Amino acid sequence: MHRGKGMKFVGDSRVQDKEQRNTIPKDYSEYPGRTEAFWPNYLLKEWLVGAVFLIGFLCYVAATPVSLEQQADPNNAAYIPLPDWYFLFLYELLKFEFAAAEYIIIGTVGIPGLAFGALLLAPFLDTKPGRRPSQRPIATGMMLIGVLATIWLTYESVVAVDWDTREEYSVDNMVEHEVDETHPGYEVYSQNCMSCHGGSLEGEPGLGPDLLDLPHTADTIAEISVEGIGDMPAGMFEGTDEELEHLANFIVENTDTDDGEGEDEDTEE
Amino acid sequence: MLQKLYDWVDERLDITPIWRDIADHEVPEHVNPAHHFSAFVYCFGGLTFFVTVIQVLSGMFLTMYYVPDIENAWHSVQYLQSQVAHGQIVRGMHHWGASVVIVMIFLHTLRVFFQGAYKKPRELNWIVGVLLFFVMFGLGFTGYLLPWDNKAFFATQVGLEIAESVPVIGTDIKTLLAGDPDIVGAQTLTRFFAIHVFFLPAALFGLMALHFIMIRRQGISGPL
Repeated sequence: MHRGKGMKFVGDSRVQDKEQRNTIPKDYSEYPGRTEAFWPNYLLKEWLVGAVFLIGFLCYVAATPVSLEQQADPNNAAYIPLPDWYFLFLYELLKFEFAAAEYIIIGTVGIPGLAFGALLLAPFLDTKPGRRPSQRPIATGMMLIGVLATIWLTYESVVAVDWDTREEYSVDNMVEHEVDETHPGYEVYSQNCMSCHGGSLEGEPGLGPDLLDLPHTADTIAEISVEGIGDMPAGMFEGTDEELEHLANFIVENTDTDDGEGEDEDTEE
Repeated sequence: MLQKLYDWVDERLDITPIWRDIADHEVPEHVNPAHHFSAFVYCFGGLTFFVTVIQVLSGMFLTMYYVPDIENAWHSVQYLQSQVAHGQIVRGMHHWGASVVIVMIFLHTLRVFFQGAYKKPRELNWIVGVLLFFVMFGLGFTGYLLPWDNKAFFATQVGLEIAESVPVIGTDIKTLLAGDPDIVGAQTLTRFFAIHVFFLPAALFGLMALHFIMIRRQGISGPL
């Protein structure tokens, strides 16, 4: 800091008097060529680019509504987890044999730690003054390998996902249905059937179909819950005959989606 | 009038050096796409900042409706995007902006790396930049849980298991993030909310300030 006798300040502050301030602007004379003032010339152009970018971004946002899935259900054992796309490379890495199970540390700490540690410390690993990529083949090569590996892992992970099934998880495809939870059969239902057919007969993607608008009578339903049907194995129901009767009545009384009171929401889309 | 106002403030606060750093400096030819089209690669850093501003603004509006509580979180998001005027757009900006910011920061990192711009004297700025990258990943990870739908819940469970696999301190990290060594629940949601809305943005703003101060101190690296 400039100091010495004869300096003048604004009042009793530490701001220098206007006459004495160093007014020489920093210049870019070391870069030969056509420099341009940032303010206002360059900023105006930058603003135009920014505006075009913003319009494009907003068009994309308006055209692509964000999906919301059904509310988190920690008991949903069939759900296949999927992170946001920029974590898929790590997700895919952990599928490799050498990076999973007892070697999980290699996949979660070893490889990512090495890669991101090297990225963080790049200036100290690559200390020669040459800046062109061709002057530092090792650094350039490592980075290319890292980027290609990340892209490839992400790609592999994306193609392995069954996106059509995941669509079913969306709240837009959720069947809105309310059941009579005071019915004596509801208790039986929640113990025997809910894990595959959902809390309100709406079904569970990948596990069991919905039980809405079933054509069966109470007797047939009781029979199916004991003996199974299609992919449903026999013996899913465990309980007394009285409970079975309650269960069958509960399903028959709550299966209709049309004539329930005030359930107009079902008809949207 | 404006000039007079500026002079009045400048006399008292000596703002000219600050003003010069923010606005009144020269843009060298080699970074100006008007002169060399290939210089568009220098836009990625600025676009990262631009999208970060979008994230901050849209996030501020989202917190007007969002409730960080496992009973209401999902319903508040559902309400926001189905009932609130333009709620779908604001949530969309925040959701897709998160992806765009990752893409832009990735491209910016590649530009700086392949141009060797991290070399002496800019080592410190590179380190701050990589830390910013990590903070962005952290924001993405913690923000993913907040809607409290199945996707969010189970991805977070996997993420916490990954944190748990770290030797020695793994369980402590998981407990710090989730509020419990085993349960992903009410505590996890409030902690992720706090981390997403207060802790990480604070780190982000601090690091961004350092990043920009260092850029203005050192200027943009010269042409290759």
